[in-house]
This record gives sequence, structure tokens and C-alpha cells, in this order.
Amino acid sequence: MNTATAASAATLTPRGPADVDREKINIVIVGHVDHGKSTVIGRLLADTGSLPEGKLEDVKALCARNAKPFEYAFLLDALKDERNQGITIDSARCFFKTALRDYIVIDAPGHIEFLKNMVTGAARAEAALLVICASEGIRENSKRHGYLVSMLGIRQVVVLVNKMDLVGYDRATYDTLVADYTAFLHTLGVEPLSFIPVSAMEGDNLAAPSGRMPWYQGPTVLEQLDRFEAQEGKRSLPLRFPVQDIYKFTEEGDERRILAGTIETGAIGTGDEVVFFPSGKTSRVRSIEAFNVPSKAAAEAGEAIGVTLETQIYIKPGEIMTKPGERPPRTHSRFKAHVFWMGRSPLIKGKTYKLKLSTARSPVRVADILQVLDATDLSMTHRKQQLDRHDVGEIILETPKPIAFDPAERIEGTGRFVLVDHYEIAGGGIVQQEVEDGTTLLKEHVRGREIAWDRGMIAQVDRRARNRHASKFIVFTGEEQSDVAEFARKLEETLFRDHHQTYYLGLNNMLSGMGSGIQEKISDPSDSIRLLGELARILTDSGLIFITALPGIDDDDLETLSLLNFPAEIVVVAVGSNGFSRYPLDFVIPSGTRFEDGISSVYNLLREKEIVIEYTI
Amino acid sequence: MDHLDKLEAQSVYIFREAYREFKNLVMLWSIGKDSTVLLWLARKAFFGHVPMPMLHIDTHYKIPEMIEYRDRLAREWRLNIVYGENREALEKKDTYPDGACDRIACCRRLKTEALKHTLSGEWPRYRFDHALGRYVRDANRERYTGVIVGVRADEEGSRSKERYFSPRDRENDWDVGDQPPELWNQFKTDFAPGTHVRIHPLLDWTELNIWEYIDRENISLVSLYFDQGRHVRYRSLGCYPCTKPVASGARTVRDIIAELREGKFANIAERSGREQDKEDGGGLETLRREGYM
Repeated sequence: MNTATAASAATLTPRGPADVDREKINIVIVGHVDHGKSTVIGRLLADTGSLPEGKLEDVKALCARNAKPFEYAFLLDALKDERNQGITIDSARCFFKTALRDYIVIDAPGHIEFLKNMVTGAARAEAALLVICASEGIRENSKRHGYLVSMLGIRQVVVLVNKMDLVGYDRATYDTLVADYTAFLHTLGVEPLSFIPVSAMEGDNLAAPSGRMPWYQGPTVLEQLDRFEAQEGKRSLPLRFPVQDIYKFTEEGDERRILAGTIETGAIGTGDEVVFFPSGKTSRVRSIEAFNVPSKAAAEAGEAIGVTLETQIYIKPGEIMTKPGERPPRTHSRFKAHVFWMGRSPLIKGKTYKLKLSTARSPVRVADILQVLDATDLSMTHRKQQLDRHDVGEIILETPKPIAFDPAERIEGTGRFVLVDHYEIAGGGIVQQEVEDGTTLLKEHVRGREIAWDRGMIAQVDRRARNRHASKFIVFTGEEQSDVAEFARKLEETLFRDHHQTYYLGLNNMLSGMGSGIQEKISDPSDSIRLLGELARILTDSGLIFITALPGIDDDDLETLSLLNFPAEIVVVAVGSNGFSRYPLDFVIPSGTRFEDGISSVYNLLREKEIVIEYTI
Repeated sequence: MDHLDKLEAQSVYIFREAYREFKNLVMLWSIGKDSTVLLWLARKAFFGHVPMPMLHIDTHYKIPEMIEYRDRLAREWRLNIVYGENREALEKKDTYPDGACDRIACCRRLKTEALKHTLSGEWPRYRFDHALGRYVRDANRERYTGVIVGVRADEEGSRSKERYFSPRDRENDWDVGDQPPELWNQFKTDFAPGTHVRIHPLLDWTELNIWEYIDRENISLVSLYFDQGRHVRYRSLGCYPCTKPVASGARTVRDIIAELREGKFANIAERSGREQDKEDGGGLETLRREGYM
């Protein structure tokens, strides 16, 4: 998207009718401090005639009066001063134009303290210029910025080897630098970039070809910029429609159940079959919804729309709608990623953060740190077990249950994520690929918990004999919220009247009761599921028949509950239609069943399973 | 997709993100062209609905047509409109030009202070009751944690530094030097208790884009933006003691678009008719750090 801050587009660039429909492209310029970024920008502004009238002459006259040599970098300073009037510098934007189109240049601060601003600016750019000084060579930020620019998904990068005048326009110096930097990028798995030898100060190879480097036959910087393409082509990729939210404005008399979102890639039309990930649920598009437009039969990448479905399936925000027959996203709970860290406290192995990947949110644990690009010695190290502020590295992340994503090199929008630490976006990353599960976090947790369990003296068989029934965890689920809870409560009542030890508890009691005091609560429903699972472990161990109602939970929630309830077992009863594809149900109460009949069937089931005995006293 | 489609899609995405993440969400509504486009974009995002209250800070110095327009739209679209005010300053006449204070101090009292205490719920809020057809004291006194504001980056210097989601601390203060990163479409939606987040769906829009969109969507505006025959119109709306019209014969939206494209105002700031900006050294940063919109 276009960056905000055409702050001074209106005042700095002459605007005429011809500007209205010209193509605009955002480029970011990065590099180590003092490698000449400002000079490159000043030169580009001057050589393309994009400066306000008289500005160049003013600055030259000012330099002459103060007896200092004119530098193109001063132009930028003069513009910034004018615009900012003493206001704190964030990251500056400048504007220049070629015959082909308009350029918005984001001048990313070279100083490390401004890394957050640099990535914010660069994340909005479609192409990047990376400046390296020929005489100083590759420095810390040359490497870090090269890595970041590639991570941020900028595919079009050109490296300017600047200050060639300081090395006598020497080809050997240039070739060595190109070879070294290419080798460095290879270690990161980044595509080799194109290089241009320039002197921004002298104007070599910026706007005009240089006569002083006949050995270089490639394009000038401006020619190269005009060869960059504004990013397109998202339409031809497989459909990715991350569900941002689900609306039903019933109070306003609107009965539409709308899945809202922005199409990341691909296209969708009414009547198309769709499949959602990670749930695997399927349906068909009934309509495409939008306000104040003629009715739509199709929509494509970039559009913020809504869809309604033919069938009422339970979908949560964060799922990705795709089309069968196209390449599906990966659905996994472990993946390998490149990350960069901006947090005040380090990223630590084993710690849990909040993951925001496309529209999905999940807790995520750092399962492993594979390698870190160390800021101090500029090497990749395998020894570090944390990422300090401004470090970049390769890590393995694990979510409590599978999420859907794409490797970023295939589809960027569903392959990028941020990590939130203590309310702040502290890290950004791109997914490389999924990693096979091995032992999941949850299994690991349950094993540890059982080893550490502090037991009393009463054996399970004694409780069973005393209670005259087995302990059990019974989960009612289904689409109709009120019915599900009503069946669950009725079963509790029936069992209680028959002198069984039983207890009903709903999920809300987790949120407002047990879970309410937990600091930095991650607002994810799966947290409550985990609490409930732990509670079920305790209550079933105490001999109870523990009953809960969880309308609309999915396969993974059930698997989590079942695992956490170990060693006791779980019984799952669905009311009405259900959207489970994997988890085996013990019983289905057809919708419309009378409460007495439903309860009596469940009672029979409990007898069959020998949870309760045939006749009670 | 043309440039307006892209701007619209991004604003809609921001609206939906805000609605998903903030429980106590409110949209500031100044009645001007920008916040009316903002309201329209909300209806785009929510398929014709506006599922959050709209808050107007009433300085009681607004040009009368503005308040008429506000209440007419509230009725027509059945909007949930709430207003707040600095009753004490108004009663004491601690305002410009009546009281012994300058424009900046007046803005601070009638807007910044009123906004701060209305957002927090400390000062009364008045809600338009559609059944009664008038404003009544609002029973909801909960702090708003997400505040949607229609500022644009191209309006003036300090606004160009804004993020789409911009955190404010307990005192409403804005730490310009240490803003959160915004990566791709991931914004700051997690916030500590007591703080709130300003949300800016219009950040990327320019003045011209706003008018092009008003034209395309056929959005009705308060008449003050158009020349009514005296060869003046307002380019930016505010309180009548501090807002001056510009010389212009533009009678329609198309006229205004032509005016902007021709570069009539290329060297004149959009808010040049807003006198308080000048007293603040040409930028609004002093006021905005304290919570001014």
C-alpha cells in the first residue's frame, strides 16, 4: 500500500493535471550510516528536476556564504528542516519523478536506534536501494539491512557501490566487494542482487552513465529504477482469503452471516466451492457482499469484501478460505522462520509470545533457536540461545494447535507474521517451511505433569466403589449454543437426582473465574480450553462425572481436552449437526430431539460404557 | 483496482481490524468532509452498518450548519451519536475570544480537555435518543480503548508521523520518538490497561483523494464546503471565531476537484484558515502530543 506520508507531496513537487493517474512506486533506501544515502537522494532529486524552484541555488549560495563545499546531502537536510520545523524526525519521505512514473523515497535512518522506523518504512516499499561505501566496504548495517530488506519481502533490490571516486573508480575494488557481499547473502539464502558502481557526489551512473567506469556496462540507477515493476501478479496465485471477522448484524434487521476479509491472492466467484484451513471445513460461496456497489459475482486479490456461504458452517476469524484444486496452505503446529527482533527484552528459547500471522492469532512458543546473525561480529552463530534487540536469526516456532500458513516465498501475505511481547510488536518474521512435529508441547507438558503429580492415599477404584460410578469427562458440543448447554445441564440434573457425584461447568467460568487473575492473559479461546482440560484432570481424578458444554469447538480443541484429561477418558456428545472432521464422536443427538429423549439416550450410552451401573439405589 | 479502490480497501481493513480487536471502540466525528468519508468507509467495512458510537466534541462554537447537519444525519442513518463538552470552561466563558485566553488555550480547553475526559468517561456523555428525538445523558461511562480518528498524513507535519494504530498513554500523551513498528498489515492492537489506541483509517488519503471519493460515492456534505454565491467556501471546518473561508467559486464537488488538480492551493496549507495552527508555530505538534486530534 502506498505510504502515508505524502506529507509534502503537495508542496514539494509541482503538481499538475498530468500527475493524476501516473503510476507511483515506493522505494526504500537503506545502508550503513555515512555510506552516502542522503547524497544519493539529493542527487536523484536534483538530477530529475524534482526540487522546488530555486532550492538548489539557495543551498549552493548558503554553502558559498559559509565557505563550505556544496554537498547534495545538504539538499535533503534543507528539505527536512523546512518540513519538520524542529519536530522529531521519524523517517523522511521525498518525491521524485522520471518520465515513466513517480517515486516516493523512504529514507530509512541508518542509525541502529531507528530500526523500528526503518522496518516500518521498508515494509511498505516495493523496491530497495542498498548503499555500500566502496572505500569502507561492508559494515554492520550493510549486512543487517540486506537481510531485513530480503525478509521484508522486497524482491527488487539493487546495491549501489557508492563513493567510487574515493577508490579511483577501481574495478578490482568493486568486483571484490560484489563477490564478498554476494557470498554473505548466500549464507542467508538470499538471492544475489544486482550491483551498480556509482559516485553520488560526482553523479556517476545515477541519472547519466559514467565515462569514468567504461568497464561497467549495466544500467544507471534511474534506468534500473524504471525497470522495477510495481507489484502485481497476486491474482494468478491460489486463493487466500484470510477471514478477518464474521458479522451478523441481527439487531439491525440484517440476517446475513458475512465472512469479512481482504483477498490476499487469487480470485473468488459466487458458486465457487471453498475449503477453510486449518479446520478443513467446506462450503460453497452463495454471494459476494459489498456496500454501495452493484451486486458482485466475483472479486480478486486486493479487494476488501465479504462472502456468505451456502451452508452454515462454524468458521472462526483467522481461518484461510481457499479453493479445492488449488495448492492448499500448510497446516502445522511447528514451523521454521527467519525473524528479526526489536523488543526491549530478548527473544528467549522456551518463552511463549503472541503470534499474529495474517488474520490468525495464537500463542506461540520458541521451540528452538537455530542460528543468530550476531550484531557484534557480523557472523552467523549457532551458540546463542536468545535474540537480543536488533538481532536477526532462524528459529522454530510451535503453536498449541495447527495453524494455516504458506512459506513466504510462495505467498507472502500468509507467510509473514509478527510476535507480540508484553503488548508490543517485538519481532517480525517470515515462514520458511513446516517442521515435523516430533513430540508436541502438549504431550511434553502432560508427561511432565503426571510425573510431578502429588497424589493422595485414595485409589481410583476405591472412589469408584464408594460412588457406585466411574469418573468421566463429558463434553457436549454442536452448533446451537443454547441447546448444547441445556442438554449438558439436564444431564447433570438427572445424574444428580440419581445420587451420582457430578458437576457442570461452562467455559465462561474459565474466562471470568479461574483465568481472570492470570497476568498478561493471551486473549485466545484456546487458553480457556487448556484451563478447562487441566480442571477436568483434577475433577475426574476426584471421582466426579464432570460435564461441560462447548458449542462450536473444533477438532483441535477436543484433542487438547482429551490429552489434558489424561489418564481419565473423555466422552463427546454432539447436539444437532456438527462440523468435526476428525475427532470421533461418541454420540449424536439429532437436532429437534426432545430433552427427555436426548438425556435418556445419553444415559443409555453411559450404561453401555459402564460409567454408571444399570440400577441405582 | 484504481487508486481509490486501493485506499478504500486499506481503510476497510483497518476498520475491521479495529472492530475485531477493541471492545470499547468509538469513532470521532467532527462533521467535516474527512470524518464524513470516515463514516462512509465504516459503512463499507460493515456492509451498511455503523456498529460503534460516533463521538462529537462540541465546543459550542461550531458553525451552526455543522450541528444541524450532524443531527440530520443521525436521524437519517439512525447513527449512535454521542457528544461531550467542557461545561466548566463554557460556563465560565474561559474561551476565545470572550475570556482572557488565546486560541491555543481555548483549543486545549474545549477540544483536548473535553476529548480526554469524555473518552475516559469522567465527564458526561450525551447520546442521541432516537425514540425521544433528542440528546440524553449516556449511561455508558466506560473508558473507550480504541478511538478511530480521521486524520490524514498530508494535512500537516505532525500528522505525517502517525501510525495507523497509534498508542496513547494514560495522560493521552503521544510519544512521537518511540512509536511501534507496523509491519505489513500487522498493527499495534495489544495495549496495557489504562492506555488507549488511536486508529487512523484515512492516514494515506490526500485532500484530493477525499474529494474524488466523495464524488465517486456521491456522499452528501455540509453545504459550508461550497460557494453559496459570495465567492467564498470553507476548505477546512472548525469553530467560527477561528475558521476563515477561502476565496473560491467552487459550487460542486467536481468544481473542487478541478480546483485542486489545477494546483489552486498548491502552496497554501489546507488548514491555513485555521488560526490556532499559526499560534502553535505552524505545526500542531504541541496540541497533538497532548491528545488533540
